[in-house]
Amino acid sequence: MLSIDKQKDIEHVTLILDGQVDASNSVELDDEIKEVLSLNYKTILVDGSGLDYISSAGLGVFMSYLEDFEEKDIQFLIFGLSDKVANVFHILGLDQLITLKANKEDALKTINEA
Amino acid sequence: MKHELTLYCEKNKLAELRNFLDAELSSAKFSEVLKNELILAVEEVCANRMIHSHSCNPSNHLNIKVKQFDQSIIFEIIDTGEPFNMLDYVEPDLKEVIRSKSKGKLGIRLVKRIMDTIEIESTPAKHICRLIKQLNSK
Repeated sequence: MLSIDKQKDIEHVTLILDGQVDASNSVELDDEIKEVLSLNYKTILVDGSGLDYISSAGLGVFMSYLEDFEEKDIQFLIFGLSDKVANVFHILGLDQLITLKANKEDALKTINEA
Repeated sequence: MKHELTLYCEKNKLAELRNFLDAELSSAKFSEVLKNELILAVEEVCANRMIHSHSCNPSNHLNIKVKQFDQSIIFEIIDTGEPFNMLDYVEPDLKEVIRSKSKGKLGIRLVKRIMDTIEIESTPAKHICRLIKQLNSK
């Protein structure tokens, strides 16, 4: 089960993930990212504090947009991952390609410093 | 406890696989991080078999067996689908994966990073993928 909420702020938009992402529902994550990309925000945050599990299907969705974020000069940050979920990003070295922050406060600080 | 699961080849059955593995790995010797890694590796193989060797045909199935020993744990994924030897698979460069905006190509990379040994046995009758993790290893 996966639920995805969106919180729109003046400067950024946050996708709030809750549940598990696998090959059966990664298309939902894909659709949501595609939609927020069309909103023309310069910063996209993902709140992963409710994310209990992610497989390569979900990681692949994030990976597939990195080029778009670069081309459109969009800051993309994920925050709040549990140790076990963050570990999956580390195994693949995705933590070198995607900015991961411990919590929303740290994520916002990073945005403001940029 | 029967350490086997029959998993039909539908992607929405993957949660059932995770529940089965979670119960199998409930012993205290598996940290949450290690347990998640093992569940992920087995799921990646099963999802690959379902999608690429069985075209998600819901009347086909995989058998998953879990064998626990003092110093290791072995997962076997057994089915009758098309053979595929992930050991022969050449991982694409991560930068190329990003450039091509591909959403796949990460699963086998994960399995190889997590498991210590991967064995593939393929006969006309069945395909076996055996994943072995030494405990207290990488």
